[in-house]
Amino acid sequence: MIKRLFIFAMLALMAMIFFNLVANYNENTSLSKLGKYYVEKGPQELGAPNLVTAVVVTYRGLDTLGEVTVLFISAAGVGLLLRRTRRNQDDDEGLQQGDREEETAIKHKPASEIVETATELLLPMVVLFGVYVFMNGHLSPGGGFQGGAIIASGTMFLLLALPESHISRLMIAITESMSGFSYVVVGVLGVVLAGGFLDNRIMDLGTYGSLFSAGAIPLIYLFVGLKVGFELSAVLDRFRKEDTGPV
Amino acid sequence: MNILTDIPVSLIVLCSGLGLILIGLWGMLTQRNMIRMIIGFSLTDTGIHMVMVSIGYVTGGTAPIINDAVPMADAVNRVVDPVPSALVLTAIVIGLGVTAVMLAFAVRIYKARNTLNIDECTESKW
Repeated sequence: MIKRLFIFAMLALMAMIFFNLVANYNENTSLSKLGKYYVEKGPQELGAPNLVTAVVVTYRGLDTLGEVTVLFISAAGVGLLLRRTRRNQDDDEGLQQGDREEETAIKHKPASEIVETATELLLPMVVLFGVYVFMNGHLSPGGGFQGGAIIASGTMFLLLALPESHISRLMIAITESMSGFSYVVVGVLGVVLAGGFLDNRIMDLGTYGSLFSAGAIPLIYLFVGLKVGFELSAVLDRFRKEDTGPV
Repeated sequence: MNILTDIPVSLIVLCSGLGLILIGLWGMLTQRNMIRMIIGFSLTDTGIHMVMVSIGYVTGGTAPIINDAVPMADAVNRVVDPVPSALVLTAIVIGLGVTAVMLAFAVRIYKARNTLNIDECTESKW
């Protein structure tokens, strides 16, 4: 009871803080200094119409590298926590015989005809849309992380419709590490050839607003998109009930 | 003057975000089921994103994409702040990573103890 009271008091205090914030809130009528700089200089300096992309990939590129690292570590953590060792398997069989049987029963229940056919039809398009989103990250809303998430949703689709399908861990690991490595190489090239780490002006800026423009931004987003897509696919694969493939 | 159109858009988003933060905190503190606690975390996370986006809004602004629709010369007066949007992009990805690791822990605990109730995991409390 006393615990409930504490929780209630804490939430009430939080609500009071928030109330003060809301009461004194005035909507911005002009950009902040930093935002103004990015909006004024971004298009000319970097050649990217989408300023959020310009900030994420170039001005704050180091943050994005940290973000990719956090995602990598969490994917590795999920892989470590949900790995299936031989000892674990024995334990499962010994202790939870009932559950095991239930699991096998669920495992062999196939998805319906409609879901399977729809997946076969839509999966290539979902992946293609993901690639479109990250290749156009500098022109339109979207980018590497969003495109990667769309590709991973394609994987989710596949796992739901065809639960027996095997996803090659080796292929995922190779693609993921190669794209991560290339991302850092492009960043270091920025230090050598242009103004600093992850500077996109190592390549020609091209025509403003065309697909192959904005220097290295499409290249960087290609690597980020592939990396995120495969990483999230690996995470989804780990959360599957039964572990089919070799580790 | 209509009272509904007088309220700024960003204020509505801000209030919803703060409300979500409170609901999520309540869920994390009162629920004993680990999955529900994780859902509470996700709600708080989403609430924080909404608050951040609403702070970056500029009255009458549009998306910070400088193309034919928003000419470069006039851009400063017509777009919202790109910095909070970029921060939220980072925050969403990190929230996703944290949620995935929490769910993996929940799966492991369920496998080891056959329960999702946090009260039954007592030996490492303090």
